[in-house]
Amino acid sequence: MDIKDIIRPENKVYSKPELLEEVHMHYCPGCSHGVIHKLIAEVIAEMGLTDKTVGVSPVGCAVFAYNYIDVDWVEAAHGRAPAVATAVSRLWPEDVVFTYQGDGDMSAIGTAESIHAANRGENIVMIFVNNAIYGMTGGQMAPTTLVGQKTATTPYGRRIDLNGHPLEITNLMAILDGTCYVTRQAVHTPASVRKTKAAIKKAFENAIAKKGTSVVEVVATCNSGWKMSPEKANEWMVANMFEKYPLGDLKNE
Amino acid sequence: MKEEVRLMKGNEAIAHAAIRYGCDGYFGYPITPQSEVLETLEELMPWETTGMVVLQAESEVAAINMVYGGAASGKAVMTSSSSPGVSLKQEGISYIAAASLPALILNVMRGGPGLGTIQPSQADYFQATKGGGHGDYHLIVLAPSTVQEMVDFVGLGFDLAFKYCNPAMILADGIVGQMMEKVVLPEQRPRRTDEEIRKQCPWAANGRADGRKRNVITSLELESSRMEIINHELQARYKQIEENETRWEEIDVEGADYLIVAFGSIARICAKAKEMAAEKGIKVGIVRPITLWPFPTKAIEEAAKGKKGILCVELNAGQMIEDVRLAVHDSLPVEHFGRLGGIIPSPDEVLEALEKKIIK
Repeated sequence: MDIKDIIRPENKVYSKPELLEEVHMHYCPGCSHGVIHKLIAEVIAEMGLTDKTVGVSPVGCAVFAYNYIDVDWVEAAHGRAPAVATAVSRLWPEDVVFTYQGDGDMSAIGTAESIHAANRGENIVMIFVNNAIYGMTGGQMAPTTLVGQKTATTPYGRRIDLNGHPLEITNLMAILDGTCYVTRQAVHTPASVRKTKAAIKKAFENAIAKKGTSVVEVVATCNSGWKMSPEKANEWMVANMFEKYPLGDLKNE
Repeated sequence: MKEEVRLMKGNEAIAHAAIRYGCDGYFGYPITPQSEVLETLEELMPWETTGMVVLQAESEVAAINMVYGGAASGKAVMTSSSSPGVSLKQEGISYIAAASLPALILNVMRGGPGLGTIQPSQADYFQATKGGGHGDYHLIVLAPSTVQEMVDFVGLGFDLAFKYCNPAMILADGIVGQMMEKVVLPEQRPRRTDEEIRKQCPWAANGRADGRKRNVITSLELESSRMEIINHELQARYKQIEENETRWEEIDVEGADYLIVAFGSIARICAKAKEMAAEKGIKVGIVRPITLWPFPTKAIEEAAKGKKGILCVELNAGQMIEDVRLAVHDSLPVEHFGRLGGIIPSPDEVLEALEKKIIK
């Protein structure tokens, strides 16, 4: 059998989501962002929301998310994505508005905006990518950096007496009355990717149904920042991150 | 709602004016002496009538970023605060200016620096006109001297903001925010429909309706050569605003021997001082800059011709005086008189300062 006989439409099992732009991503090989972007693009297209979705990108590695997913975007100042999303959502109630935030954005500089948007029960989706490090600025400590984890600003490992404890911001979100769905997922295996996609879809459905704020944390790798191969980074994440940040729903109403 | 004559505080008037202009959203955080803006809006419940969104944010930082988001989506949105709160908003204001978005910001100034005082001040002149936040940008800055101008400048501010896709600021002082005056409220304008907004603001991020190309609102450009072009475009727009939108008021400038330059409510105290000076045979003219940026440089240069001296009266330690001096190129003496810390000078003090510092 010739290769031409195999490459036929009826044999196609996978294609790039239509909403992913034909551009090179700036993400490092092995980075989790690409997979998460793909899932968001798939969910928006599958739900028929292309013409009514507004994304709010953060400061951090995902600052250029607007170059990759073919919907309207507003690029927010560091930490302010939930405030920006609040306004867009309230002023365009028929739109579906999502934020895409890293751990610095969500749990350091933007803690107030994140907590209060969720506590008000804004009908938005918050995608929170937790890779326990500041990727864009070169691998410094994040609030979610694990105890003992080496980063550019904790070169000997994070110490509780110096740096405090890793912040489980998603657990905080789950106790707020304004949130309807709070979940923690990952994208390191095909099964986990499918679960994360289902979670993102549910979050978008909640926004349409105006049930309140949905938070989807994705525990992710930053193999460059962690100074590991992509494969090792996945292993390290499973061995170390999941204990502090266990996967599963924290709230599902 | 028809046109209506009312007696009210400047801050309350701002709330009424916003609703009647057809403002889409207000996002604020309480701070003295401007909390009546948010209080009045909450009391009037415009979401029940015009559909205007009113939201008490968790901070001034959140409020200005809500304004950024609302403006990015093409809506007519505003915030208000007072000096310490406006300092907090500066990052967001820089982003709004950089992204070329229309928005309205009200600063009812109180005395600083720091937490300062809740009494009136004009000490945020530098912050409002010279940048405030980071980067090369300008706000269109309007300085009201009456409660009526508080109302009028809501409409003017929004109109200019949308005309030039640039944020506008009403730089009021605590006096004009807190005092009550007779005011004519304009007739209710309908808010723009979503379709009208999409037509007027084809750049706005509010969903790719009708399958149009996506809109991205951002102030980021890592490629320096492109960032320089963006800056040049901003500068070209500022030049256009300077040419078209400079506003000022002159009182008896012709035939006067001396000039007083003052903005906001202080210009009214100076008008009284001018009358008192006339009784003593001293001929004084007044130039009141209405737009603080763009500053009426040429008007002041022109008005200064043949005069013996200029007194700049400001509720600060001498800020606008720098622009006045630049306007007149050392061609005549220019001196400053101001009270600090929230103290308002009397007309006698202004006249005394004129006699001591200028007439001598």
